Amino acid sequence: MTAVAAPIRAKRVLPGFTLSLGTTLLYLTVIILIPVLALILKGAEIGPARFWAIVSAPRAVAAFQITLTAAAIATAFNAVYGLLMAWVLVRYDFPGKRLLDALMDIPFALPTAVAGLSLTALFSANGWIGAWLEPQGISVVYTIWGIALAMAFTSVPFVVRTVQPVLEDLDPALDQAARTLGASEVTIFTRVVFPQILPAWLAGCTIAFARSLGEFGAIVFIAGNLPFKTEIAALLAFIRLEEFDYNGAAAIALVLLFFALVLLVVSNRLQAWAARHRGA
Amino acid sequence: MQAVATVNPNQSALAPRLLIGVAVAVTLLIVVAPLAYIFARAFAEGWRVYAANLMHPATVHAIWLTSIVALIVVPINIAFGIAAAWAIARFRFWGRGILVTAIEIPFSISPIIAGICYLLLYGRQGLLGPWLQANDLQVMFALPGIVLVTMFVTAPFVAREVLPLMQAQGSEQEQAAVTLGASGWQVFTRVTLPNIRWALLYGAVLCTARAVGEFGGVSVVSGNIRGQTNTLPLHVELLFNDLNATGAFAAASVLTLLALVALVVKAALEARRGA
Repeated sequence: MTAVAAPIRAKRVLPGFTLSLGTTLLYLTVIILIPVLALILKGAEIGPARFWAIVSAPRAVAAFQITLTAAAIATAFNAVYGLLMAWVLVRYDFPGKRLLDALMDIPFALPTAVAGLSLTALFSANGWIGAWLEPQGISVVYTIWGIALAMAFTSVPFVVRTVQPVLEDLDPALDQAARTLGASEVTIFTRVVFPQILPAWLAGCTIAFARSLGEFGAIVFIAGNLPFKTEIAALLAFIRLEEFDYNGAAAIALVLLFFALVLLVVSNRLQAWAARHRGA
Repeated sequence: MQAVATVNPNQSALAPRLLIGVAVAVTLLIVVAPLAYIFARAFAEGWRVYAANLMHPATVHAIWLTSIVALIVVPINIAFGIAAAWAIARFRFWGRGILVTAIEIPFSISPIIAGICYLLLYGRQGLLGPWLQANDLQVMFALPGIVLVTMFVTAPFVAREVLPLMQAQGSEQEQAAVTLGASGWQVFTRVTLPNIRWALLYGAVLCTARAVGEFGGVSVVSGNIRGQTNTLPLHVELLFNDLNATGAFAAASVLTLLALVALVVKAALEARRGA
């Protein structure tokens, strides 16, 4: 949500400033800020030495590695698939295009637990796709590939929906000029189109990566959740809670929160860059 | 969405056909197949088993609990969304940009982290734990906890639909109404609300879909007490862990139908906005 400056001349002609701002601040404070502060205070209470001991324990390190690796695989996949979808949906006309476009909202709308359940059954040995993959020796369920699959499913719309509007706004005259000058379609894409959508594409990939790091619902079904093998960081935090090890849970959650905030800043910068790019 | 630069797949159209083919094939494999599979498995043992699964008391209770949560969360979220959009779009004040970012925070925080935050605040060992216990208030592992964490997760949904629209529309009409002597409530119901109603409805639909489907955050704060604090998505997991796959898929099919309804409403609203 980039702030489009609304032309407001007479500032306080309109009523309701105190009421609306008060309501907003109260809601944000009670629902978002105080709970997040509770986590940060808990982290401070643990102390640096114990905090480090918790997050550098072998099982925690393994969980972070698995989460980052799977998120990287999922994002790499979505970087290509999401870009392809955006390209196809904007540049070509074909029957069923609107349906294909609507299908890209399914991962947003479908509850993650439902997605996880269905993907798990689908890719297990007796599912539609698993029955066909397993004989080839390819296991998806209960492996890191399953985790990456669940992450890819839940995060692909972020790439598509970030790139799509930028691609729609591109000036077709540039393409045509390049074509008139004898550039091949591949050259037009790599030299003319791609540089223009690069900021938006990177922003979309960053958001998809952030989303993948925090994903939980879809993954717990498909991962098998074996420590050191297929246990993601969010699940380890959850397990620590169930063991009433609140320090352990808080420390892992804080690391995830830190990643999320860094990625939020990066994606905001990229989107600001993309907006400047479009405005130029 | 207008097709500005559509190239018809013409003479040398091998590349477009190939790209469309790959896009459709991958989408069929990872989006359509999981969607279809939910219904295929839910009805695998026939209509009767499906109906029996849905009528099971535990499932009925989960559906009821999830509906209650949505009925509490969505109206509050609508009120918050309108208030936030009104404050940010209609006034200039210090920290406006920070406020916009703050509203978006729940989008970038994993729901499971949100759940942990709430547990550290309201749980027995939490900051407010002793006070809550002294006053005999149960927030965690009960309805209030589920509602609160769902409010956290859904906070941006209405605001982010309404805010850009109100910013784009500007405030001339509202200022004119005020100048003509309309009260604040009249300005809101006669001028603002008609202008933002479709964005508002769309935001509410998205908020409902998200509230109904929330899993990670709720699984931390609900305690998963069967027949008490088990929302529908948690119930899906419970049935799956009980090795009752058909039951899990039956419960999941209800959530899927809701998601599909949300998408149809979205498509209808977009068509209306485009018209």
